[in-house]
Amino acid sequence: MTIHINSLHNLNLTSLMLLLFALILLTPTSAFTQVDTFQFSSEEQQQRFRQLSDELRCPMCQNTNLTGSTGGVAEDLRREIHRMIIEGLTDEEIEQFMFERYGDFIFYRPRLRADTFFLWFGPLIFLFMGGFVAYGIFRRAKALSKIEVAFDESQQKRLEELLAEKL
Amino acid sequence: MNRLKFFLPVIIFIGLAATLWKGLYLDPKELPSMLIDKPMPEFALTSVQGLPVGNADLPDQAFLLNVWGSYCLPCLIEHPTFMRLLEEGQIPVVGVNYRDQKELAIEWLQDNGDPFSFSILDEDGRFGIDLGVYGAPETYLVDANGVIRYRHVSVLDETVWKEEFMPAIAELEIKSGK
Repeated sequence: MTIHINSLHNLNLTSLMLLLFALILLTPTSAFTQVDTFQFSSEEQQQRFRQLSDELRCPMCQNTNLTGSTGGVAEDLRREIHRMIIEGLTDEEIEQFMFERYGDFIFYRPRLRADTFFLWFGPLIFLFMGGFVAYGIFRRAKALSKIEVAFDESQQKRLEELLAEKL
Repeated sequence: MNRLKFFLPVIIFIGLAATLWKGLYLDPKELPSMLIDKPMPEFALTSVQGLPVGNADLPDQAFLLNVWGSYCLPCLIEHPTFMRLLEEGQIPVVGVNYRDQKELAIEWLQDNGDPFSFSILDEDGRFGIDLGVYGAPETYLVDANGVIRYRHVSVLDETVWKEEFMPAIAELEIKSGK
């Protein structure tokens, strides 16, 4: 014990700070943020529960997921997710259950359908359009800079006259 | 062709502006019901008074399904409208007592009057989930065949009754050929 204390005494400030920092990093914080009273039979089930309640939106709130909401309906839906996981339903089946009752609103990542196509790919389409226009402008500017100006004889003569006048 | 090239950005801009302009006036709180034109979910529960109730007990004419709770203050605002509908015999109203306690629900009905044919007791909100309810008050219009035709979220006062429910009910009557 004394050796241990002695060795701590010998540590300089930097090493102490590093030790403290390492301790902070090693402390699991996320494990304590949510208190689940639900019982799962495996770690994997609990993981799926977390994932689903993180990715589904609370219907009565504007922008809170089921995990973060204290609303009554969110509480009920968490309970339903737990029940369905225990009963052995897949994530897709649980999401379908939610969709049939609450529609697209429940998803933070709306499903890819004909009417949500633009929502998903609209920004990409605009990016391509912008890129296309920029490319066109760039090409035209480059082409213009390459045009060689050729004068015929009379024009050349006039140019020389003008230059001579200036001088 | 060149003219088209010149006007294309303008056309795109106008299209985008019109879409976004419309978006400004959409209500993000409005959550369309998934159950429109779908049959009432199956249920076998008890009423607030303790009697067993199921789909067979629903009125065989068009009716309103009102989601309420004793904790719900806006429910008191719409309550007189339902009392009037009962007195005038216009349309039956079935209640869904949502996430409430039985004793408190009975007390609320005694204190304020009971406008409902019966109230389905949904203490844990499980039936509410099947309906897609996200908070009281909500009111559904169900047709004679038990198909949900309309949903209104929040208070159903006289204005909402006149402007939303009366036309919706009239439409039902036209459809059923009365």
